Amino acid sequence: MSARTVLHEADISRALTRIAHEILESNRGAENLVLLGIPTRGVTLAHRLGALISDIAQQTVPVGALDVTLFRDDLAKHPTRSPQPTEIPAGGVDGKTVVLVDDVLFSGRSIRAALDAIQSVGRPSIVRLAILVDRGHRELPIRPDFVGKNIPSARTERVNVRLVENDGSEEVTIGE
Amino acid sequence: MSETLVITGAKVLGAESADIIIENGIIAEIGTALSRSGARVIEADGLVALPGLVDLHTHLREPGYEASETILTGTRAAASGGFTAVFAMPNTSPVADTAGVVEQELALGEVSGYATVQPIGAVTVGQKGERLAELGAMASSRAKVRVFSDDGFCVFDPLIMRRALEYVKSFGGVIAQHAQDPRLTEGAQMNEGTVSAELGLAGWPAVAEESIIARDVLLAEHVGSRLHVCHLSTAGSVDIIRWAKKRGIAVTAEVTPHHLLLTDELVRGYDARYKVNPPLRREEDVLAVREGLADGTIDIVATDHAPHPSENKACEWQAAANGMVGLESALRVVHQSMVQTGLIGWDDVARVMSATPARIGLLAGHGTPLEVGQPAHLALYDASVDGVFTEADLHGRSTNSPYLGRALPGRVEFTVHGGRLTVDSGSLVEGLNA
Amino acid sequence: MRHLLDTRTLDRASALRILDVAEDMSDTQSREVKKLPTLRGKTVVNLFFEDSTRTRISFEAAAKRLSADVINFAAKGSSVSKGESLKDTAQTLEAIGADAVVIRHPGSGAPQTLATSGWISAGVVNAGDGTHEHPTQALLDAFTIRKRRFGSDSRGRDLAGLRVVIVGDVLHSRVARSNVWLLTTLGAEVTVVAPPTLVPQNVSLWPIRVVYDLDEALAEGPDAVMMLRIQLERMNAAYFPTEREYSRRWGLDARRVAGLPDGSIVMHPGPMNRGLEISSEAADSPRSTVLEQVTNGVSVRMAVLYLLLAGERDDERGGDL
Repeated sequence: MSARTVLHEADISRALTRIAHEILESNRGAENLVLLGIPTRGVTLAHRLGALISDIAQQTVPVGALDVTLFRDDLAKHPTRSPQPTEIPAGGVDGKTVVLVDDVLFSGRSIRAALDAIQSVGRPSIVRLAILVDRGHRELPIRPDFVGKNIPSARTERVNVRLVENDGSEEVTIGE
Repeated sequence: MSETLVITGAKVLGAESADIIIENGIIAEIGTALSRSGARVIEADGLVALPGLVDLHTHLREPGYEASETILTGTRAAASGGFTAVFAMPNTSPVADTAGVVEQELALGEVSGYATVQPIGAVTVGQKGERLAELGAMASSRAKVRVFSDDGFCVFDPLIMRRALEYVKSFGGVIAQHAQDPRLTEGAQMNEGTVSAELGLAGWPAVAEESIIARDVLLAEHVGSRLHVCHLSTAGSVDIIRWAKKRGIAVTAEVTPHHLLLTDELVRGYDARYKVNPPLRREEDVLAVREGLADGTIDIVATDHAPHPSENKACEWQAAANGMVGLESALRVVHQSMVQTGLIGWDDVARVMSATPARIGLLAGHGTPLEVGQPAHLALYDASVDGVFTEADLHGRSTNSPYLGRALPGRVEFTVHGGRLTVDSGSLVEGLNA
Repeated sequence: MRHLLDTRTLDRASALRILDVAEDMSDTQSREVKKLPTLRGKTVVNLFFEDSTRTRISFEAAAKRLSADVINFAAKGSSVSKGESLKDTAQTLEAIGADAVVIRHPGSGAPQTLATSGWISAGVVNAGDGTHEHPTQALLDAFTIRKRRFGSDSRGRDLAGLRVVIVGDVLHSRVARSNVWLLTTLGAEVTVVAPPTLVPQNVSLWPIRVVYDLDEALAEGPDAVMMLRIQLERMNAAYFPTEREYSRRWGLDARRVAGLPDGSIVMHPGPMNRGLEISSEAADSPRSTVLEQVTNGVSVRMAVLYLLLAGERDDERGGDL
């Protein structure tokens, strides 16, 4: 398997820091922000972003998890998936600016499911999308608001994100 | 009408090879290097020659339930299994409790041409267990009934059973009891044991069979009459018969082929092919009845051939009918469970599947030995082959066999009934019915 | 999962998966919008040959919360009461396009016959067959015990070391059988208490203890006491002499409830015979999980329907979650 690293540990760190600043800039501060990560690695990234934002803005930002399994439209094409826990921070999402966080953006179907999932939880006033890696090949009209890195890829290639908390190492690779 | 047959090289009762000449419905000669000009020669090298099998317990379903079986289709099934005579149980519609019905059955059997049919009469009117049927009239009828049974139901009232045992002494008859205490088996679906506890099916305890047998052997002793016990299935029942015989009580007992081979573990999966009354029992019971058959405590094998239409078996267990067809598979099952295991030899098979059933049922001219001068009823069986039992082996109208898809040894190659071939080279002879 | 027919053959991993997915389903039921689009386009048929409003409503709610279409078939007054066979009924459902059939039937083994017959391609869920099994009841009971014990930390946990006493007509109870197998698979210790007439003759191979004296069993301080409904017809078949005697010897009265350790829960699958097998004090106490069991039943049944219908269909293998 030939995989090459496109993001090293330091690249990921810089990307997340930049995204944290961009979120604060776009939101004019940390008011009303809620970060919801999409399991599994989106949740890890959401927690890191939350810590970075809280540090910069000197204000705690609530972070949670939003499982989208039960809202997907492609369940019948795969073996049965187990849902992951959804944790909505105290204070909920009504009237908030929710930033969805995920590791890789590909077809856009997970995000479409996430928009459905959010609707069953409450009514945010604004929903934004933060992504570590955008690899193209969108099948739906979904675009991210905050991107770590754009990585052009062939459809058949695999993009792997490894994070220390989940995988023990830190890198993004692309390969067959 | 019947041709002359020269059977060469058959192993008589599995032992010495011999040639047998059949002429005019009689065994004319037994020896070596025999021949008859113009006769049909049957090369029977390696085939076991047995006297025609006699089944003391068959359900032919006619009159009344012709969708399951008729006397014609049932006797065809019998012939394919090596049988030349069957006793027809009376749970027909109308019930065979009068001279009229048993004579009708006899007449239908006579024209069928494949096996001799001897009707069994009901013990009580409509098999309801309340009043004795006209046993004498049935005995004096053209059907000459000697065996009486309410099979399907137990003669439960001890007084009725006593009277029946006494009454048949006047013409040497025998009561064949279906031993099942109805109060202990209300709603019962399978053997009461570890499997029934798990499967949530109401249990049919062994004691419901044993307690009736115990009572009936004592009644038979008290009134000095003969008793026959149908489809004995439990270890405890074997012990009771053994005790009774030691005491000199005139009791005989039968076991079905399926109780010699199958256990209640097969009920897991709720496949109604395994639903039967009395139910399949435990492994210990199977071993005990095999031993009982081998040592003579159990006198005969009887099939309890019970055909049912497919809708009564392709359904949930509760709704399914009890019973298995067994005429076509009986000899092969006995071969596998008793002969291959070394418990009995072919001479014993002749005894338990031909001579003794005929003797218990007082059927003259059947169950006769393979000797010169005896009627020519015999079966030639290939014990050397192995096969899988399939629907192609079934020749009655119904297919509810528990052996479908199962490996069974042997094959009936020829059956001769009164000197006429009913099975030729493994296939039924067509067009024998008048 | 191709079918859910019993807990006897449900392995630990599969059982835990169902319970954990039920946790996720349970969480969605406390949201503003309880409905999920997950099984949209699927058809679930409730094939009930026995009256049961509670279980049927529970399955119906579960299916509808997942946006499945529900068809209710009650045997009374239908073609079945006119003698239509199970086979013909099943094939009619197949022709209608059922994806799952939830079947309750008075005959033990009927769901298995349906699942293995080849008459239908739908997944089969056993909602109670005769006196054999009621797997979703046992699953919601286990879910309830786990939830009461571990709260929000329930995911992934089994019931190792927990002691459960089941009291009542075990002989005729599909709830008892399903619970015996599932609780044991999840590591709990099960004791069964009943009059000798209501325990099957041969439970020597069951992984349980049998005790005839209720007070003796309760003195050991079990973590959960599960009361089974007693049917009065059993009295007429001489299983026990009178209601009074049954209630005195095997009923969970106020005194017995008060004697239970803190944290012990009282369970009942419903419907209850108040004053017979369970006193009002027991049924209405904070220890009682009767109402939670009903709520949890919907979550558990949502999990079962999800696992049966959402993923790609297995063929014959079954049991492959």
